[in-house]
Amino acid sequence: MAAPLTLLLIVAVTIRAVLFRSSLAELISARVEVVSPLNAWKRVVEGLALLDLGVSPYSGDVFHETPLMIYLFHFTVDYAEIVFIIADGITALALYLSIQTYNKDVFRKQKYALESDRYSADCLELLRSPKEMFYIPLKVAMFYLLNPFTILSCVAKSTCGLNNAIIALFIFCTLKGSALLSGILLALATYQSIYPLTLFAPALLFFLQRLYIPVNLRRSSFWFFTLQYAFMYVGSLVVITGLSFFLLGSWDFIPSVYGFIFSVPDLTPNIGLFWYFFAEMFEHFRLFFSCVFQINVFFYTIPLSIKLKEHPVFLIFMQIAIISIFKSYPTVGDVALYMAFLPAWSHLYRFLRNIFLVSCVLLACSALFPVLWHLWIYAGSANSNFYYAITLLFNFGQILLVADYFYAYLRREHHLTHGLYLKKKDGTEATLVLK
Amino acid sequence: MGLLSDPNRRKALTGLLTRLNTPICGMPVEWLVKAMQSRGLEVFTQSFSRKLPFPDENKERYMVRGTNVYGILRAPRAPRTEALVITAPCSPGNTNNQAVALLLALAQYFRNQIYWAKDIIFLVNEHDLIGTQAWLEGYHHTNITGMEYSPLQGRAGSIQAALSLELSSDVITSLDLVLEGLNGQLPNLDLANLFYAFCQKLGVLCTIQGKLQRNDWDTAEGYTHAAQTMMLMVLKQACGRSWGDHGLFLRYHIEAASVRGINSFRHYKTDATTIGRLLEGMVRKLNNLLERLHQSYFFYLLPSLSRFVSIGYYMPAFGLLAVILLLRALDLWVHLGAPALAAVDGVTEPSSPGVLTVLTPVVISHLTGVALYLLPVHLQEMAVEHFPVSETEAVVLTAIAIYTAGLALPHNTQRLLSGEGTEQGWKVLKLTALLYLAVLLGCTALINFSLGFILAVTLVPITASITPHMPKALYAVVMVLLSPAFTILYCVFIYQELIEAPVSVSEGWMLFLSVISQGILDHALYGSLVYPLLALFIYPCWLMFWNILFWN
Repeated sequence: MAAPLTLLLIVAVTIRAVLFRSSLAELISARVEVVSPLNAWKRVVEGLALLDLGVSPYSGDVFHETPLMIYLFHFTVDYAEIVFIIADGITALALYLSIQTYNKDVFRKQKYALESDRYSADCLELLRSPKEMFYIPLKVAMFYLLNPFTILSCVAKSTCGLNNAIIALFIFCTLKGSALLSGILLALATYQSIYPLTLFAPALLFFLQRLYIPVNLRRSSFWFFTLQYAFMYVGSLVVITGLSFFLLGSWDFIPSVYGFIFSVPDLTPNIGLFWYFFAEMFEHFRLFFSCVFQINVFFYTIPLSIKLKEHPVFLIFMQIAIISIFKSYPTVGDVALYMAFLPAWSHLYRFLRNIFLVSCVLLACSALFPVLWHLWIYAGSANSNFYYAITLLFNFGQILLVADYFYAYLRREHHLTHGLYLKKKDGTEATLVLK
Repeated sequence: MGLLSDPNRRKALTGLLTRLNTPICGMPVEWLVKAMQSRGLEVFTQSFSRKLPFPDENKERYMVRGTNVYGILRAPRAPRTEALVITAPCSPGNTNNQAVALLLALAQYFRNQIYWAKDIIFLVNEHDLIGTQAWLEGYHHTNITGMEYSPLQGRAGSIQAALSLELSSDVITSLDLVLEGLNGQLPNLDLANLFYAFCQKLGVLCTIQGKLQRNDWDTAEGYTHAAQTMMLMVLKQACGRSWGDHGLFLRYHIEAASVRGINSFRHYKTDATTIGRLLEGMVRKLNNLLERLHQSYFFYLLPSLSRFVSIGYYMPAFGLLAVILLLRALDLWVHLGAPALAAVDGVTEPSSPGVLTVLTPVVISHLTGVALYLLPVHLQEMAVEHFPVSETEAVVLTAIAIYTAGLALPHNTQRLLSGEGTEQGWKVLKLTALLYLAVLLGCTALINFSLGFILAVTLVPITASITPHMPKALYAVVMVLLSPAFTILYCVFIYQELIEAPVSVSEGWMLFLSVISQGILDHALYGSLVYPLLALFIYPCWLMFWNILFWN
């Protein structure tokens, strides 16, 4: 399927190039929904200027990127637009190849399950066929490249595109089975923004499943592999952090990057949930609320891993979605990454209950964000409550989307093992409830 | 003691007014500078120039070049952080020949008072809105409209409020308050209340929309009168242009209103002294403000100066109209989903029967919208070469031509595409178009409620009920009669009826053409959003529904 993919890449590159050369580029780089204090291009330029002057780029609390990122742009600042277009291309290719591998895996497992009679008799229509799965990788790449959110994020030159590329490469290496590369890329992703730490669990579960090691805390093989993978991950992380220290000669970047992500000092409005709360609360409660909000991101890993331990790729999708909803400075680029996965779950469509409501809410909120920003900041007729209401609604829509897909996935698994038409003990039709 | 209780000052004012009663050609910049300087203000000038995209036939200008003159009265003991602006547009002829005189008299009086906490800027701008736009852009260091202006030499801090004066005669019978600004933005209702309170206090007759208020709210005539006043406000707000010089201040979060003196046939006349006292009172109240006016409503409709309809009352009406679209969309979704669930073969994609069939009408409609937005202004030279029309007529007639050409689209595009024409196809297109229209009308109503409401009233009934299975000729006629262009035509006729100057059909048509040209000019000159909204979004949306009607 090289030809459609190439055509898609050409179309995507053309759209981005046209927008880069138009007057909309400056307008988009200033929108708060697209850039955040962590990944704005203005701040990267500021950091590079400080670096050229010989001053630490972290002085002045403007620059919050990691040292490796500064050095990447130190060499490529003249070709920045090409870097971001290439990053988008890499992400799309990595997602394409990962989903292709995943589909082959799914089909193989389905064949084994059918042969070992693990599926009930009347669930034939739930089974997936290669014909149906043929175009899914192309659709995933299309969903990423032609998503307006991704295009906006690329044209604004937000480094979120680079973070997405690293996470996509990590998913690709995990699905291909290379534990070392996966560990290194996960360490790089964690080094960029701490939240991909939660992706350690699904990656580990995937490798355990692939190597046929049962997830049993009492078995030594489980601990042996976990320690191996953890060693690769933590080792890479230590090496990368050490490299950053030697590049800049100081540990300044740790409070500036990681301290900034955790303590949320900058309360510029964005599409996340933090800014309004933190603007309203008193100083002596700040630590408590930061902890509560940050735990919210990491907390869902353990229950989701327990529930989805047989389905690590779906767990990766859920984790990325949860990170992009609950992280401290989300942008639409983060949303675009997990939305790219949705065609991979198109077979769940019949079990989705709220897809119409979710699509309407997300579309309406995307249109209302700039309107209410204008009314608040420029016209002065509205205030921050209006903008935060739309933020809340947008995040509600995203959470509903993720929860809906979760329900549909589990329901399909249940139907596969227990039959499609469920009957209660007295023969009447039963309904399935997610508890 | 109020303004002009001193007989000497009254004589000086009358002298000024008689001198200014002669028509002025252009603006007497040197005389104004000297007059303001002699009154103790810090005077500065700003020159600006702008080339309009095509000649403005209403105001007869094309290459505009002018000078603004402004004098700053510094507050004697306050830090120079805040300012108020009193502006009088200076236009050639008799249109506004008394306001500048009143401005100068006020300046002289204010100079001798000690209670000013904010600097007061007395601005005399040339070429009304263009001059105001140049001054505001210079003051705030922005350049949104591509105007060339010289930078301002003197500033006075952040402007808290502004008043614009328009006086054409030295005695008036009533004062009219103009609130509607650019893009339908309104100042805080407190400013309107301030004006009304002072009119009551000084016994000056005050009107809104040029109509007097009645006291009989319970009778049918009283109700119709109030409804007419409110309808006038809705129509004025919907067209998105600034109906007074104050309208451009609102964009910079400066509360502003225009006060216009009207001299009609009444026995009781008010002289300039009383107007001066009224303005002095208002400016003193604004001077005492500790923060910008924000306590009262920003979104309201005024059936009279003493009654208002707040957003909480009128938004549910719009909400109910938008809900019609959402319910119809939900209904279509359920119908689209139902046959898919019953399909035994789960291989076919149940969601949409090919996004591509929906994509084509959407893309073509939007390209037509882009053509409607870009081509009239860009092709005017070519049109003038080939046809015996002036540039303005060329622009307007090109716009109408592209609009009408869009009606022919469904017949042509469906010959290009194959594999269309399924029952599912038009349902998916209608679903997309309904949701698109709902989001569009919602966003419009939030920014400019009147525009959103008028579009909703005309578009929602027909678009919610349209299907390809209806009698095509009848519904085609109905759809065209309810299209955005005809809505503008009806609004022109209704407006003329409401201001009690009804026009015949041909005059109405000429007014309609001038409205279109003014809309395009407003967009180019001041950044009004009505023309791009109608051309780039509403018209393509309407075209999508037109496509559905002719689906085969």
